[in-house]
Amino acid sequence: MADLTTSPHPIPRRAHEDPAWVRWLLIGTALAVMTFLVVIPLVNVFVEAFADGLAAYWQNLVGDPDTLHSIFLTLMVAPTAVILNTIFGLAAAWAIARFKFPGRAALTALIDLPFTVSPVVVGLFLLLLFGLQGVFGPWLREHDIKIVFAFPGLVLATCFVTFPVIARELIPLMEALGSDEEVAAVSLGAKPLQLFRLITIPSIKWGLLYGIILCNARAMGEFGAVFVVSGHIAGKTDTMPLRIEKLFQEYNLPGSFAVASVLAMLALVTLLVKTTLEWRTRRDLEERKRLATQGGEA
Amino acid sequence: MIDVNRRVLPGFGLSLGYTMLYLSFMIAVPMAAGFWKASSLSFEDFTRAAFSDRAMAAYWLTLWTSFASAVINVIFGGLVAWVLVRYEFPLKRLFDSLVDFPFALPTAVAGLVFGSLLVEGGWYGRFLVPLGIEGAYSRLGIVIVLVFIGFPFVVRTLQPVLESLERDIEEAAACLGANRFQTFARVLFPSITPAVITGFALAFARSLGEYGSVVFISGNMPYKTEIAPVLVVNRLEEFAYGEAAAIACVLLAMSFVTLLTINLLERWSARHHG
Repeated sequence: MADLTTSPHPIPRRAHEDPAWVRWLLIGTALAVMTFLVVIPLVNVFVEAFADGLAAYWQNLVGDPDTLHSIFLTLMVAPTAVILNTIFGLAAAWAIARFKFPGRAALTALIDLPFTVSPVVVGLFLLLLFGLQGVFGPWLREHDIKIVFAFPGLVLATCFVTFPVIARELIPLMEALGSDEEVAAVSLGAKPLQLFRLITIPSIKWGLLYGIILCNARAMGEFGAVFVVSGHIAGKTDTMPLRIEKLFQEYNLPGSFAVASVLAMLALVTLLVKTTLEWRTRRDLEERKRLATQGGEA
Repeated sequence: MIDVNRRVLPGFGLSLGYTMLYLSFMIAVPMAAGFWKASSLSFEDFTRAAFSDRAMAAYWLTLWTSFASAVINVIFGGLVAWVLVRYEFPLKRLFDSLVDFPFALPTAVAGLVFGSLLVEGGWYGRFLVPLGIEGAYSRLGIVIVLVFIGFPFVVRTLQPVLESLERDIEEAAACLGANRFQTFARVLFPSITPAVITGFALAFARSLGEYGSVVFISGNMPYKTEIAPVLVVNRLEEFAYGEAAAIACVLLAMSFVTLLTINLLERWSARHHG
């Protein structure tokens, strides 16, 4: 039993504070973990990419037509998938955060599914559906439509793996915001489109923007599912992550790291935007709460 | 109040209908195709493909590397979450943002980088290989990249829970004579147990299916460093679609069992500790 009168501390520290040596030991270990796990690998990407100088780096990116095409293809596939997933994310968040219906919990769980299913399995299932020997294979060949080993397959695979991102960002945000303003707008005669444009979108804009950017980062970096459905035709169906793998297999490490550094840069920008937007969302939410309590008092 | 919403707010049918349509197109239809292909094998062929020695070795490797990395992540991730919530130190905001880096970084880049760090002469390999620790092209390498991949899931699950803990309870425990360690073990830990389980589960489930990073670092030797998703791709490249589908179905079943177990565990721990 601690006896407070004979406590060795002249000024007792707060009971929920840890002694300084524990604090600094834990901080030191945590920072060492972060350094070895995150910081050094991040630095390593850029050091390896620029190892032969800036000119060689640029040549690795632009000088190789297949690499250039992979950048172009990623810039086509990712935004297409992001647009489709944004529409889905808005619809899902509206249905789940604004209404109560049977099966709501199951639907929320279903949206998380791609986080647990292996991307390779997803790619395989798409292949079994649309590939030559797949369910729709013969029909697609008759009508001369290519899905697998072509652009639509890449988009489909990317969509599956990334569709939860925006919905998961929006659902908790819209639940936290509540529906009072929207209900008020409708009772004042707002049409659905007006409601959406003037009330809903402005209040979720930062969360939505972050969702879109994170979804884009995941879409540009998707590997497993795309790997299976792309067929690896260099200069045709290789996206940037696939190009990294191919250059790695060809022992072209500088080329591989050059492409990797572009994607790492994208990840860094994503984090920067996230930090800024989270701060703004929090500020907006606090502002709303302040206004709401003021309104309540008035 | 929610019922009021359905009467007042527009778009319930449209948004729910579209969500269901998109989900069934994205999930139900491809899955049906997968099971259809797997079921086109006879029962003997299915078991031969799905439970061959090579496949069993791959499942076992996938399971234990995922488990090991999730355990490591709970320890490291828990530590990082605790430090970020409780203490002040320089560059705290920067480190807090960097936690999400593994989630934003493409897995292929992660595999490439850890490969180059761990090979002989790499930044880590230079020190580890002389000690006999082979990180590249080994099972250890698989665990290391899986720790990287799962890290943000554990930290981000634990952080809000640690933030919401009432400090008064700790003070009460101290007043009643508990030392700091007892307070942690008997008061704090039980209340974060559900979050620890969720974080562990997310990291574990994510690791089960990971492909992009592992394929760079493991060397993919059958029976030794070949994880189940890599085996699926290898079977595909031999045009053995049925066998690939059979292994994929087992992998999918593992994911579902994990999710189910986790849900039950969470409910159990919420009932006992909550």
